[in-house]
Amino acid sequence: MLNPLQRRMLRRRLVQTIPVLVLATFSVFMLLKLLPGDVAITIAGENATVERIEEIRESRGLNDPLLVQYGNWVWRALHGDLSQSFLSGEEVGTTLLRVFPNTLFIVCYAILISVLIGVPLGMLAAARSGGLIDRLVMMLSSAGVALPNFWIAMIFVMIFALNRAWFPATGFVAPSENLAGAIWHATLPAVALAASGIAEVARQLRSSLVEILHSQHFRTLHAKGLPFGTILWKHGLRNVSVNLLTVISLLVNRTLAATVVVEVVFAIPGMGNTIVNATLQRDFPVVQGAVLAMVLTVVTVNLVTDMLYSVLDPRISQR
Amino acid sequence: MTETSATPGEIRSTRPAFTTRARDWMRDDPVAVIGLVVLLVIVLCAIFADAIAPHDPTLQDYNAMLEAPSAQHLLGTDDLGRDVLSRLIHGATASIYASLLAVGVAALLGIPVGLIAGYTGGWVDEVISRILDTFLSFPAIVLAIAVTGVLGIGLTNAMLSVGIVFAPQLARLARARALVLKQELYVDAARCFGASTWLILKNHVLPNAIQPVLVQITLLMPVALLAEASLSFLGLGMQPPDSSWGSMIARAYVYAQIAPAQMYAPGIAILVTALAFNTVGESLREALDPTARR
Repeated sequence: MLNPLQRRMLRRRLVQTIPVLVLATFSVFMLLKLLPGDVAITIAGENATVERIEEIRESRGLNDPLLVQYGNWVWRALHGDLSQSFLSGEEVGTTLLRVFPNTLFIVCYAILISVLIGVPLGMLAAARSGGLIDRLVMMLSSAGVALPNFWIAMIFVMIFALNRAWFPATGFVAPSENLAGAIWHATLPAVALAASGIAEVARQLRSSLVEILHSQHFRTLHAKGLPFGTILWKHGLRNVSVNLLTVISLLVNRTLAATVVVEVVFAIPGMGNTIVNATLQRDFPVVQGAVLAMVLTVVTVNLVTDMLYSVLDPRISQR
Repeated sequence: MTETSATPGEIRSTRPAFTTRARDWMRDDPVAVIGLVVLLVIVLCAIFADAIAPHDPTLQDYNAMLEAPSAQHLLGTDDLGRDVLSRLIHGATASIYASLLAVGVAALLGIPVGLIAGYTGGWVDEVISRILDTFLSFPAIVLAIAVTGVLGIGLTNAMLSVGIVFAPQLARLARARALVLKQELYVDAARCFGASTWLILKNHVLPNAIQPVLVQITLLMPVALLAEASLSFLGLGMQPPDSSWGSMIARAYVYAQIAPAQMYAPGIAILVTALAFNTVGESLREALDPTARR
């Protein structure tokens, strides 16, 4: 499937990811180290004896050099051991496995909506640049930057859940249990998240399409007598697919961050609620694990995007 | 290079007077003028909140809880009988302070790091760039939440975290400018005269790199504002009894079924302020960067 050039590109990209991964995991590891106060005392409790604290320090490897501690931490994390919650004592890995799929489901749903609505909007805006839809898209996209998404989420709850009862106001159903129910529960949060995504996709697509529609080879397509719709959908969309991919990969990062707040509005048992509650209760192993999971997701998405670039546009791997 | 031997005085004389430029700007970009006026009003509200607010924002009145708007309370009262308008005006102080703090921290951390990376080059640049890339791949608000947790919950700590999270964006921009500027002849000249790196960075690179960075700083203000609202909404930012727009929304949400109107005022305040910052920032960008012109 991949030609040698693409394979070489892939290898190079994988190697480039290593320092990013090391730095990212090190920063997440340091998060707990920078905490004021002594973790051993936190674990042992206020009235613990000096011997007990020293025992915990020894058993948790807190007396080892920093880099050794980091190495051990990464090694355990690679084996799925992210230590336990200070509060519930539950394995952090277990917690994450329970809540992360819920967040991913909503993020994917929101991105799907952003693309399905944003792409046609962007194309319509580009087709008649300066027209009504174009101006509307530009207006929406500047409003989208300024709109607090949690506030939009609440307004949606008030209109569509409390006043009309079309959708449930809070809660979540796992897609593995009941797919229809899951979609029904996730619609309002996903639409609230997609509000700025749609505008972003439409705006970026519009600006790259407008540029391409004014190029020489599109004039040729016109002169050849191709209908405008064909030019736009077949040739236009293919030419901006790389730009679209960039927008979508940035959107993953932004939507993943935005869900944190929107999940709280809808009381969804996802990463957002987990990370916020853990921060409020100073349950740092959970915070650490959740941040690590989200960073790894973003790094993976960036890597996959870069690989897709060379599939969509073979010129990229020849550079 | 001989034909551009004008003295600085001559260059200045060809530039239109400030009033002319201001008039042109108002004609070309009326939306940005509105944005600037709105921003001025909000900043004035923020500075003189104590004088403008009709009531004490933390004064509770258990005989007037969740009241509808009236002549006494123009925007009604919240669940503890506090005047919503007064809390909104004091919220402006929190928002402006928070945004300035976050963006200020980002600038103080990001600009020097970026300039040094770009100007020095070599392995220093390589290491700094990798670190910047890494931090840019963190979902911003998630990192801000985690750092707030470490620093301790509260508005100032929350905005310090947001500033730390924003710093790589400014650093990257400053680095890109420094990369270009270090090739300039006047930088070469300064180096030949034996100026130290510090002196060159301060006198030649920084002043010439600052324009796009300033534009980016303006455009970061609405982002910081939204971050403050989000963190306060989550309970990690402004702590009660003080008011911030984000925490007002969080409180109003609990009583959304009894008094739905309470949610609108702080949300609209955030929206309008962020939009105003954004239009002014975009206008600045267009004015300062000729390539961004439509």
